[in-house]
Amino acid sequence: MKFKAMTAIAALVAAPLTAVAGPDEDNLVVNGEIEMVTTTDAPAHLQDTFDTIYSGWHFRSDETQALQMDDFENPAMVFVDQAQEMWDTVEGSEGKSCASCHEDVAESMKGVRAVYPKWNEAAGEVRTLSMQINACREDNMGADPFKYDSAQMAAMESLISVQSRGMPVNVAMDGPAAETWEQGKEIYYTRFGQLELSCASCHELNYGNMIRADHLSQGQINGFPTYRLKNAKLNTVHGRFKGCIRDTRAETFAPGSPEFVALELYVATRGNGLSVEGPSVRN
Amino acid sequence: MASGVKPRVKVPKSASAGEAVEIKTLISHQMESGQRKDSDGNTIPRSIINRFTCEFNGEMVIDIEMLPAISTNPYFQFEATVPETGTFAFTWYDDDGSVYEDSKEISVA
Amino acid sequence: MEFTRRDTLGLALGAAALTVLPYRVHAAGEEAIQAFTGGAELKEGGVQLTAPEIAENGNTVPIEVSAPGASAIMVLALGNPTPGVATFNFGPLAASQAASTRIRLAGTQDVVAIAKLEDGSFAKASSTVKVTIGGCGG
Repeated sequence: MKFKAMTAIAALVAAPLTAVAGPDEDNLVVNGEIEMVTTTDAPAHLQDTFDTIYSGWHFRSDETQALQMDDFENPAMVFVDQAQEMWDTVEGSEGKSCASCHEDVAESMKGVRAVYPKWNEAAGEVRTLSMQINACREDNMGADPFKYDSAQMAAMESLISVQSRGMPVNVAMDGPAAETWEQGKEIYYTRFGQLELSCASCHELNYGNMIRADHLSQGQINGFPTYRLKNAKLNTVHGRFKGCIRDTRAETFAPGSPEFVALELYVATRGNGLSVEGPSVRN
Repeated sequence: MASGVKPRVKVPKSASAGEAVEIKTLISHQMESGQRKDSDGNTIPRSIINRFTCEFNGEMVIDIEMLPAISTNPYFQFEATVPETGTFAFTWYDDDGSVYEDSKEISVA
Repeated sequence: MEFTRRDTLGLALGAAALTVLPYRVHAAGEEAIQAFTGGAELKEGGVQLTAPEIAENGNTVPIEVSAPGASAIMVLALGNPTPGVATFNFGPLAASQAASTRIRLAGTQDVVAIAKLEDGSFAKASSTVKVTIGGCGG
């Protein structure tokens, strides 16, 4: 066990937090019907690193976990309701809503979240779900794009994610996406900031340990967008990346930047096999 | 009206006469406590929902006085007795004078 | 950040004021209780307060109060800048005199529930909630 010493110290500091050593063994079933895979074998490309990958859900307290187990307990769902209204609202110069082309979101968006970010052949680039939402708004609706990590974007992404809950993340890293994936991998292992921390420093080498009073997860993004208790709103993947890199005391990349798109692609593939959970609830 | 305020209510569609039913409510609201400061150091004024009520066919189920220690996006769970077919009326009162309402029908077989 | 002599003096005064502060906060809590109970004696039992021993985040702490037969339950967070949290008034169609909500706690402190019982007497329950300070501002 690589984290014994630090865990022992953390356990002394936060003695009543008994489950500090690694992920817990609870099962996540949402609304008593959607069974989530939150623990599974690491995907092939990670097998030299991890045997098992864990959803961030396993690293949270029982009270926080419970908030995600029922859609009426999960505060994110009120924003999903708002996004459903946006879905049906005509915007822009073309007189269209999302529903004009995609009709029932529950039908048309089933499985979509699970495969994004994804190579877009026509555009010749890897696109995140947010980029695709904005491409639709600009090119097809003639509407203004959402700000990349705005509340509206997080809500729309959550509405789309809900349609894939329980399905395994299955993001492609090969073929035309391979180059972007390699860029993302390089960023993941690059130490940033005055603290000289890479993503791997916390989420690969020290997951399960306490960083002060916080329980470090594997940094999986299958639960995004995520409602955080800290700021009581939906948070996008890029918003979280930005916060993490800022905490290393570095200049961060911007949400929607090519660097964060590449990083999202890479991090998403580290969670291949976990269930889509978004919108989840985290600390 | 504070922007983007939206209620969400869960009530069963039917019950037997006199049954106790569980009700859950959530409303999107910042619940600005009046304790925070903006980036210029000025106190952000308090702006919260200060009262929530649930009535059934005009009779009170619960009436809650809310203070700034209630979390953002206020959530309540409680139980109501359903004597007959009728309507639950939910009302949230904002500091700024806005009133947000929702209602749910329930049928007693 | 550099401190001048004046700043340092100010900090010292601030620290002195802080040591007095708990009494002031306590006083605000006492006042709220006085207003609710009219100074009646608070007995133990008859009201239940359920709160986590440790809150992962002080922004959103789930609590539940229950007092069979009560007409009202007041909840206070004595360590907050203002101690009031909520008062639950139960109407004739409340199937139980119980409710759950989520509250803000500024730090580790006692959360108190005071119920006005059916016979007009008052009961009190309290629970210490430890609020952890996060590692990652993220």
